[in-house]
Formats: sequence, structure tokens, C-alpha cells
Amino acid sequence: MSTTENVLSVRDLKVSFKLADGQVDAVRGVNFDVASGETVAIVGESGSGKSQTVMSLMGLLASNGRASGEALYRGEDLLRLSPRKLNRIRGDKITMIFQEPMSSLDPLYRIGRQIAEPMIHHGGLSPKAARAKALELLKLVRIPNAERRLDAYPHEMSGGQRQRVMIAMALANDPDILIADEPTTALDVTIQAEILRLLKDLQNRLGMAIVFITHDLGIVRRFADRVYVMRAGEVVEQGAVSEIFVRPQHPYTKMLLAAEPEGHKEPVPDTAPVLLQGRGVSVSFKIKEGFFGKNSFELKAVDNLSLTLRQGQTIGIVGESGSGKSTLGRALLRLISSRGEIIFEGQDLTGADLRRDRPLRRQLQIVFQDPYGSLSPRLTVGQIITEGLLVHEPELSRKERDRRAVEALKEVQLDPAMRNRYPHEFSGGQRQRIAIARAMILKPKVLVLDEPTSALDRSVQKEIVDLLRKLQREHNLSYLFISHDLSVVRALADTVIVMKEGKVVEEGLTEDVFARPQKDYTKELMAAAFMSQEARREAEREAASAKEAEAS
Amino acid sequence: MLSYVLRRLATAIPTLFVIITISFFLMRVAPGGPFNLERPLEAKVMENLNRIYHLNEPLWRQYLLYLSNLLHGDLGPSFVYRDFSVGDLFAAGLPVSIQLGASALTLALIIGTVLGSIAALKQNSTIDYLVVGVATFGITIPPFVIAPVLSLIFGVSLGWLPAGGWGNGALPNKILPIVTLALPQIAIVARLIRGAMIEALRSDHVRTVRAYGLPTRVVVMVHALRAAILPVVSYLGPAAAALLTGSIVVETIFGIPGVGRYFVQAALNRDYTLVMGTVVVVSIFVVVFNMIVDLVYAWLDPRVRYD
Repeated sequence: MSTTENVLSVRDLKVSFKLADGQVDAVRGVNFDVASGETVAIVGESGSGKSQTVMSLMGLLASNGRASGEALYRGEDLLRLSPRKLNRIRGDKITMIFQEPMSSLDPLYRIGRQIAEPMIHHGGLSPKAARAKALELLKLVRIPNAERRLDAYPHEMSGGQRQRVMIAMALANDPDILIADEPTTALDVTIQAEILRLLKDLQNRLGMAIVFITHDLGIVRRFADRVYVMRAGEVVEQGAVSEIFVRPQHPYTKMLLAAEPEGHKEPVPDTAPVLLQGRGVSVSFKIKEGFFGKNSFELKAVDNLSLTLRQGQTIGIVGESGSGKSTLGRALLRLISSRGEIIFEGQDLTGADLRRDRPLRRQLQIVFQDPYGSLSPRLTVGQIITEGLLVHEPELSRKERDRRAVEALKEVQLDPAMRNRYPHEFSGGQRQRIAIARAMILKPKVLVLDEPTSALDRSVQKEIVDLLRKLQREHNLSYLFISHDLSVVRALADTVIVMKEGKVVEEGLTEDVFARPQKDYTKELMAAAFMSQEARREAEREAASAKEAEAS
Repeated sequence: MLSYVLRRLATAIPTLFVIITISFFLMRVAPGGPFNLERPLEAKVMENLNRIYHLNEPLWRQYLLYLSNLLHGDLGPSFVYRDFSVGDLFAAGLPVSIQLGASALTLALIIGTVLGSIAALKQNSTIDYLVVGVATFGITIPPFVIAPVLSLIFGVSLGWLPAGGWGNGALPNKILPIVTLALPQIAIVARLIRGAMIEALRSDHVRTVRAYGLPTRVVVMVHALRAAILPVVSYLGPAAAALLTGSIVVETIFGIPGVGRYFVQAALNRDYTLVMGTVVVVSIFVVVFNMIVDLVYAWLDPRVRYD
């Protein structure tokens, strides 16, 4: 490594933000180097300062942010350049792609123009030449029908395609360094794998260095040469990827490597009583197009799906976005209307009005994905979790409700003293516990968990998985666990249903499906999802064979 | 797009019909009539007048008669301005009101956009607070205070501009009315632009163009401003309709022969046809400007485009 020249070397980088109630130090003295052509990964969980590190290099800190230290790019200190000089480097020799493919492109301009803009400004290309180059780039990032897509608007493209457009933009001026800030986090696993392959392939052809920011160590193994592990604004460990995977030194790195939820669930016996049954459930949405809905058509979000949920059972429903898995969950709870039969404890729910049939409703509860959006910011935690009691047990006294709130919070392992605080004072994991407490206080029999761990860091995910396990054991609960995250499903579910475009691709006992996936789609999902475990095993094998070679 | 415009206009016809019908009958519910003067007319004279203007016929007949005249483009004679038809009155007054309103609107758009953008770019600075403060002031001070004060300062004390009067549309006569009309609009536009611009500057796609080293000029003018102008466009439809059809306060205080004064005068005098004429004209303006707003919005924002 020492023989190649460093294109970027960062020394003692500090980033702090001034807030009304003091100063927050997001980055506390970070050093790292990037050699030309290599891939460096910066890994850490949310709040580790990994994003702010690169934002400060690009001069993109929020207005209350300050950066100090040194960041040398070919002898020039990025932190001390005038805006005009910095503008000559960023977008030209150092480019960046972002985490949010849906909002990172300007919705008001055609993508051809957006790709061309930096080329016109940095390379001095004529609009016509820039457009021709943009077309070339779109082909390079493998966007189908590139000629036509050049004139598309961002909203006409999928998330994966938009991220490809961002990559095209990043490559336009032949950069020395490409910074990728969680470029695949917002994407489905199979698309994630495609984008990573594309980046790697482009790097081999074009030879730029990549700084890859991620929370997912699994991606790193496949992708990076060297890793910096960040925690609370500091680099806690650094080294070659092969080293870190086999011999992690810092406990935090070890924790990240082991953060995949573990264990599995014994399937319930066939004799367990059936709680919830869906027969031929279909949900369709009318999509209106054109004036007066002339070209309207029906989108089948869930297409003739049947399932049986027994007491104490967890059914995992897996699929990528748009597969209809969340819609299915909501239809089974009769939160949206559907066709087909839904039977709960022998009672047909299809005709029942659950708004009126309260005793039935309280048996069926749901926990949502977004712990930030699903709790009202204007109510205290105590009010939030006891709200359901007001409806279902209006006869309870205030004191009694408070007692139940304390009980429910203890059950989800939160300090009951916190019930008078507001949701914004809690972390994502704590909020998800609150959401679970809100459902549990009604003592339901069936809990639909709609991606309850997807917005959380791996280490927090693990805790929530443990909590869900404990609750299921203690109350003999039945779960419908909806997730795109296969490792969580594997740890929690006894049977699994793989969905795609509203239909079942494959279903069976979790162990069978994961060990011997039958359908290509399932295999593809697995391969993409278990990159990190695969990577670890691979690294261990390589290390072992290297040792053998040494010994002989 | 042409077919969209035609469809929109076609759907506007029933709307106009409903407005006209409701206004027609609502006005007749009010007691009195156009010829109930302070000194009562002789019974014979009254009868003749009522016959000439068809006021002696049943109400539904008068309604049908009005509709059929309207279809022929005839707004009827004014009951109070005896020598003029309603059409004549609008032909004379509307150009004046439109001229003033359009000038005020243009002024408000330009100045409001500039002020709002500067405030957003220098958020929480002295300039920002100044713009927000002045804007709040501009919205809260009603035109019937601004107009006489302006007239007093620039017309009477300094003598730079005529204190009032139309002067056959001479430029100096127009300045004070236009400024009076524009001030509150400047304030509103500046506030809207400021808010939307701050949001746009923080958005992910503006971060992208900044990360790509585009000069601030391009970041602001090309990427942030286009997003920031959208809420102003929505506001502009109803605002333009109101401004172009004249302002009673400004026209009365500066003595301007626009159509704004007809709103109140006609209603007080029970000048049925003139009231109806005003209703028809204002409704058409509202319908047309809302359509223009939708078209401009779609032109600016591809996400809401109609196919």
C-alpha cells in the first residue's frame, strides 16, 4: 500500500455542530488515507459520525457545523479552500453519491440535463457534447433504453435506476475519488447487489478510488480493500479487510460482525389451535391514468393468497418493496378492504365491522416500520400506550390505566419513569419498544409486525428480536412478521412465505426454505442478503488455507 | 395541451352558471330595488320604469331573460348609470383596473422574489429579520391606511406625484395606486418565497448540485428558485383575479375610473344588472387565472403534468 500515492489524507478531522443547548462533537479527530485506485470503507452505526466525516470534506455541512483539522487532496487542504476553489474540485475530481436515490435528483429537470450540468461547468463542454457524453454514461451504468431515458424525469424512474443516474453523474468528469454514502441502503437487496457489482466493475475500468460509507460490514468484505470502523466520532479500528474479518480487535468491531440476529424458532406442532386464517385473499387498487380515468387498470397488490396462523406461531413474510407483503398484513387485520375469506377463531371477519366490533379488534394488533412516524409527537409515552385502553376498556380509572402503562413499559424493558416524556426524547430502538408496548397493553392474540426492525441499527435490531421472542414465549403470541430482512426472519419465524408481485413464490418451514431454496428468486434474495455471513466464512476459509500453505 | 385547455373551459361553464343563478336570486332576496330612492318616485313613473326594465314580470322570467341576453354577450343596461350599458361601463373601466393590477402584480413578483430569496439565503441574519419584519408590516397595514399616507407624503408634502386623479392615464398618476396595490402583495410573495426557498436549499437535490461544484448562482437560480416559486404560483391565481378586477379602496381614494368601485356602489344601489355584470366578470377572471396557474404549475413541475 505504501508504494502507491495517497490521493486523500485526512488528519485530526473534527466536526462539531452548534446547537441551542450547546455543542455536539460529531467527529472527534479522525485520521485516514485513501490511495489512488483503492476502495476504503468507513463503517459504523447511525450517529458514529461516518457521514459527517465525508460531508465536511465536500463542504456540505449544515450551516451550524464547523470542521477543523486537515484534509489534503493532492496537496490542497479541502477544509481551507475558498468556495470557488472547492467548487473546482468537488463534482470534478471528487464526486459523491448519496443514500437517498429518490430525492437526490432535482425532480424538476430531465436527467440528461442533470448529468450534463457538471460536465458543462467543469469540463467546459458544449451542451450538445455534454448530452452525447451523458448518453454514453447512461449506457455505461447499464440503463436500458438510454436514448429515451435521457429525457426522462427522475420520478419516472425506479430507485435503483436513479442511483445509476447518480453514478453516471459521479463518473462524468473522470474523478480521482468517488465518495459513496450508503448508496444501497434505501434499495432492495437484489438491486443493492447489482449496484455494488456495477460500482466495482466501473472502478476496475476507470481506476478511481472509492470511499464507501456503510453500516453493513457484509458489503465491505466484497467491496473494500481497507476498513475504518467508526464509533461515536472516532476510528476504533482500521486495517485490511481480510484482517478485520478474521481477527477483529476492538469489541465494537466484534459486535458489528456478530450483530446478525441468531437462533431460530421451533415450529409449533400441527395440533396447535388455528387463530387466523386467510383464504384466497386478494387486494387490488384501481390506478387511474389519463383524464377521467380513461386508461384505468387494476393493480393486484395481493393476488389470491392463503395462509394459516396457529397459536404461538410466527409466519415470516418476505419480499422486496412492492411485493404486497405490507398490504397483505393490513388486509388480514381488515385495515384495508380485500376479497376472499379472513377467519379469526372461527369467526368470519370479512363481513364484520371491526370499527364497531371492538373486542375482536383488540385481539389483532399491529406494529409499524417507522418508529419515528408512528408515534404522535404531541402525546406523552404514557398517553400513547394507554390510548387503546380508552377505547377498549373505557371503564378503567386513570390510576388503573397508569398502572397498566407501567406494567407494559416494564414488559418491553423500558424504565416506567419515562412515561411522562415525549417520543422525540427516545432513540429509534426505544421508540419501537414503545410501539410494541402500545400493542401489548391490549393483550392481543395476533400481532402483525410490519418491518419493525428495518429502520434500526443491527445491534438494536438484535435487542428487539430478543424482546419479541420473550413476549411470544410469555404470552403464547402469534406473529405475522413482515420483513425484507431475511436474517431477522430466519431468526424469528417458524414458517416463511416468499412473496413477489402479490403472489407466493415459495413457502415452507423456515429451516427448509433457507437451507434449500427451490425457486430462483428465493435463491437470489438469499445470496444478496447473506453477503456478510458468506463473506465472513469466505475470509475464514481463505485465512485457513493461507495458514496451511505457510505450514507446508 | 390544447384539448386540456378546452376541457377545462368546458367544465367552467356549469360553474359559471351556478354562480350566476345563485347571485341572481340572492340579490333579489335583499329588500328594495334600483328605483327606491330617498324621495319616492311617482307611482306612474315607477310603473313605467319597471315595465321598461322588465321588473314587473315574474322573477323566473327575468332570470331567463337575463340568461338569454348573457348568451348573446349582452350584460344589460345599468339601472343607475342610466345612459350606459353594463358592457360600456366595463369597457371603459376594466382596462384601467387591469393595467394597475397587472403592473402591481409584476412589481410584487419581481421585488417579492428578490427579497424573499435574499432573506432565505441569509437566513437568521439582520437582512432576513428586516425582510420578514417589513413583510409582516406590509401584510398587516391595510391599503386604506397606506393609500392616504402615500398620497399625503408624495402628493401633498413633497409634491413629487399627483395626490390623486387619473389624468387620462399619465404615468405619474399611476405610480401611487400601483405601489399601494403592490405593497401587500410584495410582502406575501416575499414570505412565500422565503419559506419555500429555505426548504429547497435544504433539500437533497440542492445538496447534490452543491456537491457537484456548481456555482452558487446556478444552485440558487436554476435549482432552488424553480422549486421555491411553486407555492407562489398557486397563490397567484386567486390573487391575480382579485387584483385585475380592481380595488375599491385604491380606486376610491385616488379617484381612479376602474371597475373596483362598482362592487359596492352597484350592490348598495340595487343596480341589479351591474352587480350581475361584476359577478360574471370576476368569475371569468377567477376561472381563467386558476387555469393559467395550473398550466404554469405543470410547466414548472413535471410531476403534475397531464398527459
